[in-house]
Amino acid sequence: MNFLDFEKPVSDLIDQIDKQKQIGEKSKVDVSVAVRQLELKLEETRKTLYSNLTPWQRVQLSRHPDRPYSLAYIDSITDKNFVELFGDRTVKDDKAIIGGFGFIDDQSVMIIGQQKGSTTKQRQYRNFGMANPEGYRKALRLMKLAEKFNKPVITLIDTPGAYPGLEAEERGQGEAIARNLFEMSKLQVPIICIIIGEGASGGALGIGIGDRVLMLENTWYSVISPESCSSILWRSWDYKEKAAEVLKLTAEDMLSQKLIDGIIREPIGAAHTQPEKMFSIVKSEIKKHLSTLLKEDRKELVKKRIEKFCSMGVVME
Amino acid sequence: MSWFKRIKEGITTSTTEKKETPEGLWHKCPSCKHIAPSKEHAQRKYVCEQCGYHDRIGSAEYFEILFDNDQFIELNPNLSSDDPLHFVDTKKYTDRIVESQKKSGLKDAIRTAAGTVDGEGLVIACMDFSFIGGSMGSVVGEKISRAIDYCLAHKLPLLLISKSGGARMMEAAYSLMQMAKTSAKLTLLAEAKLPYISLLTDPTTGGVTASYAMLGDLNISEPGALIGFAGPRVVKETIGKDLPKGFQTAEFVLEHGFLDFIVDRRELKTRLGMVLKMLKI
Repeated sequence: MNFLDFEKPVSDLIDQIDKQKQIGEKSKVDVSVAVRQLELKLEETRKTLYSNLTPWQRVQLSRHPDRPYSLAYIDSITDKNFVELFGDRTVKDDKAIIGGFGFIDDQSVMIIGQQKGSTTKQRQYRNFGMANPEGYRKALRLMKLAEKFNKPVITLIDTPGAYPGLEAEERGQGEAIARNLFEMSKLQVPIICIIIGEGASGGALGIGIGDRVLMLENTWYSVISPESCSSILWRSWDYKEKAAEVLKLTAEDMLSQKLIDGIIREPIGAAHTQPEKMFSIVKSEIKKHLSTLLKEDRKELVKKRIEKFCSMGVVME
Repeated sequence: MSWFKRIKEGITTSTTEKKETPEGLWHKCPSCKHIAPSKEHAQRKYVCEQCGYHDRIGSAEYFEILFDNDQFIELNPNLSSDDPLHFVDTKKYTDRIVESQKKSGLKDAIRTAAGTVDGEGLVIACMDFSFIGGSMGSVVGEKISRAIDYCLAHKLPLLLISKSGGARMMEAAYSLMQMAKTSAKLTLLAEAKLPYISLLTDPTTGGVTASYAMLGDLNISEPGALIGFAGPRVVKETIGKDLPKGFQTAEFVLEHGFLDFIVDRRELKTRLGMVLKMLKI
């Protein structure tokens, strides 16, 4: 398991517990009391540590190398009843965005997500979760398919941004994202968007227009990453922690700004320490929201969605 | 071998990079250095008579060029930015706004107005680059949204002139959501079958390109305008190579199929009037 700098107290305790257990095995001494005490202490430490995180620490957690990615969520919440569909029917198949039909218990849904990789090879294959225009167009194709067959859409957002490459510009990255914003606004089926990791700017928003936009507890969502914000506003990379603060990019901040609809709590120690528990929480959240959304009149649903986004912003008359 | 060697660099910004319309009696073209009287240059819609270079101009100039007899009603002229996040970087956001308002004489980075163009009723929303780089914050989103409401109420088409570096960082996620807001609102205009013409001018990048600027029934542009999602510097850093000549110009974007046509500013009004008549139901 990988640990972040601020998780040192936790990793120290885990080391101690391991050592105790080894001693116990080697010398056949009963260490169960000592281990039990250390485990209690670990639980306490985790509780205090993870309930007092700074915005930057949350950004770090959202990018934790062990954090589960979209496909892991999909496998678990559909119990592998998932048919992945490929390609945008125009240029190619973008590996940074995946999607397909799946069953959540007995409800058929379209699930679309940005996919990162966990090894160097996979990371390259997935282009670090940075989609090209064809990725957004594939997502839109699948959403239209869902609309045709009257299936709700779930999107899982986890991207450091839309890919700023040469071909991406040639093939209209801006147009692809814009088209998705437009079409998702009026899609005639319920849409639930969940930020499971990084929600960076237009790249995230490109699959982020929904009736419910939810953020996991240790994720971020903003117009720019703290690093880039720091480099532009302070002309240095050293102010990323400050940038993370002023951008107000955590789930709590986003909810209080009324820019998202809810927060999904993570298990203590964040999603990567107890992925199975995380998946089941997400699954039950999806089911909860779907049960209300599916009952709504479709015209009313779309009207409310448009009104919700149109009310965002603060101005002075 | 020269006699004197410059040890310290003096002024490092090259004067050719200053793109705002200069004041004074004479105008020097930033592209070909051709000198012409300012008055005549303005009559030529701020286009160089020698090389056809299109100067960056603001909403006042566009309204004057397009609206019949420069007659129009400005919509919501008093909307200005709040500072919901109490954003402070090297400067306070509120100070930035006040400073920009003083310097540019504008309230924010967009003005919206209704009038006629060649006798056809039209609402024009025009961005101003001189206000914090034409960045899109809540005011830009709200003014576009209200301009669309006006279009819907009066059954008028919309022309949106984009000129922006993208989102306004000082409004963080609020700024991001203006992309969603404007795009969602445009679905209502489309549903009412009212024409939406998007004119992308130099420069149109970032969140503006990735929302309303690319959503026109017609996407049109002026010669040589920079149009892109990621800025050229970012793309260059990403690919680690020099960019091909003409990358992200209006001509490049047209070749790749994202623009309907490029129009010389001196013919903009005539072309626009014709298109509006053609789209009339």
